[in-house]
Amino acid sequence: MKVQPLEFEKPIADLEKQLEELKKHSKMQTIDLEREIRAIEDKIQETLCEIYSDLNAWQRVQIARHTSRPFALDYLTLAFSDFVELHGDRLFGDDQAMPGGFATLAGKRCVVIAHQKGRDTKENIRRNFGSANPEGYRKALRLMRLAEKFRLPVISLIDTPGAYPGVGAEERHIAESIAVNLREMTLLQTCIVAVVIGEGGSGGALGIGLADRVLMFENAYYSVISPEGCAAILWKHRSHAPEAAEALKLTATHLKELNLIDQVIPEPAGGAHRDHNKAAANLKEALVTALSELEDKPLQVLLEERYEKYRQMGQVLEAAESDSKVASER
Amino acid sequence: MAVFPKPSLKLRTDKKREIPEGLWQKCPDCGEVIHNLELVQNLKVCPKCDYHFTLSARERISSLVEESSFEEFDGDMSSVDILNFKGVASYSERLKSYQERTGMLDAVITGFGQIEQHRVAVAAMDFNFLAATMGSVVGEKITRLIERGTSDRRPVIIVAASGGARMYEGMFSLMQMAKTSGALARHSETKLAYISVLTHPTTAGVMASFASLGDLIIAEPKCMIGFAGPRVIRETTHQDLPPAFQTAEFLRDHGLIDKIVHRKALRSTLTTLLSYLSVNC
Ligand SMILES: [Zn+2]
Repeated sequence: MKVQPLEFEKPIADLEKQLEELKKHSKMQTIDLEREIRAIEDKIQETLCEIYSDLNAWQRVQIARHTSRPFALDYLTLAFSDFVELHGDRLFGDDQAMPGGFATLAGKRCVVIAHQKGRDTKENIRRNFGSANPEGYRKALRLMRLAEKFRLPVISLIDTPGAYPGVGAEERHIAESIAVNLREMTLLQTCIVAVVIGEGGSGGALGIGLADRVLMFENAYYSVISPEGCAAILWKHRSHAPEAAEALKLTATHLKELNLIDQVIPEPAGGAHRDHNKAAANLKEALVTALSELEDKPLQVLLEERYEKYRQMGQVLEAAESDSKVASER
Repeated sequence: MAVFPKPSLKLRTDKKREIPEGLWQKCPDCGEVIHNLELVQNLKVCPKCDYHFTLSARERISSLVEESSFEEFDGDMSSVDILNFKGVASYSERLKSYQERTGMLDAVITGFGQIEQHRVAVAAMDFNFLAATMGSVVGEKITRLIERGTSDRRPVIIVAASGGARMYEGMFSLMQMAKTSGALARHSETKLAYISVLTHPTTAGVMASFASLGDLIIAEPKCMIGFAGPRVIRETTHQDLPPAFQTAEFLRDHGLIDKIVHRKALRSTLTTLLSYLSVNC
């Protein structure tokens, strides 16, 4: 697949162009340029590793949004088998931005719910750019109930810029559909693993993201507001998105440090978009481990731990404590 | 998370400034100039057109609960600049200026109290404090209130108003949605009632969590309620918004709101409703 280079990947793109020309040259002139070719190939790998080992928050946001990045249905093909899609919320419609159904992961039957984006305009219109309407959240809940009834684990693949800000979404109460999912997922009597595979856009992400384990790909982001939205409000202009991205601490590494997610899933060198198979293998490994840790827990323990996990998130200061000490809650 | 733009709020403060001494206020809806004393006696509702001015959290609590019965919780809890948020203004500075301006430590007051014969757990949010955005303090105080309500077997009443998430707290802010909704799940499991009262404006992350989860959802007249802000919706969809879009009345007609209740009838309405919902209390 031809990968469109991001701005900070320009040095790599330049080297790749050089390499291509050299190869062409070598073929035409029948000169042996093998050594030169190998040198550039090494240089590409080296530059790739160098750039990707030191990414800032805004660069990661751009990678998370890359249209060549594997999307949920790519992972369903590569990391799972036998995906059986199930449609509809039994109330209003079938949200194509949030496909879901049965799938098998390393021999284990699961229910998968996911955000799905499109790679081209046509597909994006069908998938609403990965922004779900209330029907999506309600379909997800219906499938989670099914999982609960038949004791199947739930796997949630998150990749959305946010829940859809549309007239119909408001008329059908998108806020309520997310809130109800949060309440019901707290009590759902089966294990839930959520993975932010690309964009974790605010309430739209959390609406299928309350889980026993929350994993995040290395270059995914998860944020209360888009960096552009935050910049528009706090910096008065969207062009300050890079600063906002940094301030919001929205990268997987930051969120792991803050104890708001459980695990960072590594990506292949140069990002998931450069090697779908490797990314899928890493996802599969992480999911298999997470499920094996969860499936033997007695239900009461699972639910208690899930409640406590979210219960302790946040930091406040209480006057009773010494002024210098910032206590974590409770 | 989308936050509503502030023009209506600005408009209100501008109007206030036109009138000296702060003794009089001009109704932003009908233009009537009202003496502050009259306004307070009328629960800050315009006597001419019924426009509902913003109530502070203290004013709200005293309008609903027997004054002597109110036992406040966690009144000393304040926010922490967890992320060391570096923006145009620092979070700590913003907090300090709002604390001075409002006399509140953060955007919500919680406690136990009595509404007529009903022993309730009650919270009121204060839109004057950083647009009543939800950060760790709002999330924690509301969660503790719900948990205390559950263990003391009390119905919960939350009077909501919010511009959404507290951006300065990043993902800690988003996670308060999960935390508060989780506490309500457990409260509801034990067959206790929760009444959500929506006031102007209730939006975004608060609307997408506890504010939408009432056994009953009631709203003050004409208040704005929604997930995304109207500007964001217009920009995203390039669509004209229907008349009265995202008002309490619009949402009642679209099936979300059980009842629109005038502020002066709120206490008596809650009393009646609670009597149907207090089998276990
Ligand atoms: Zn008036």
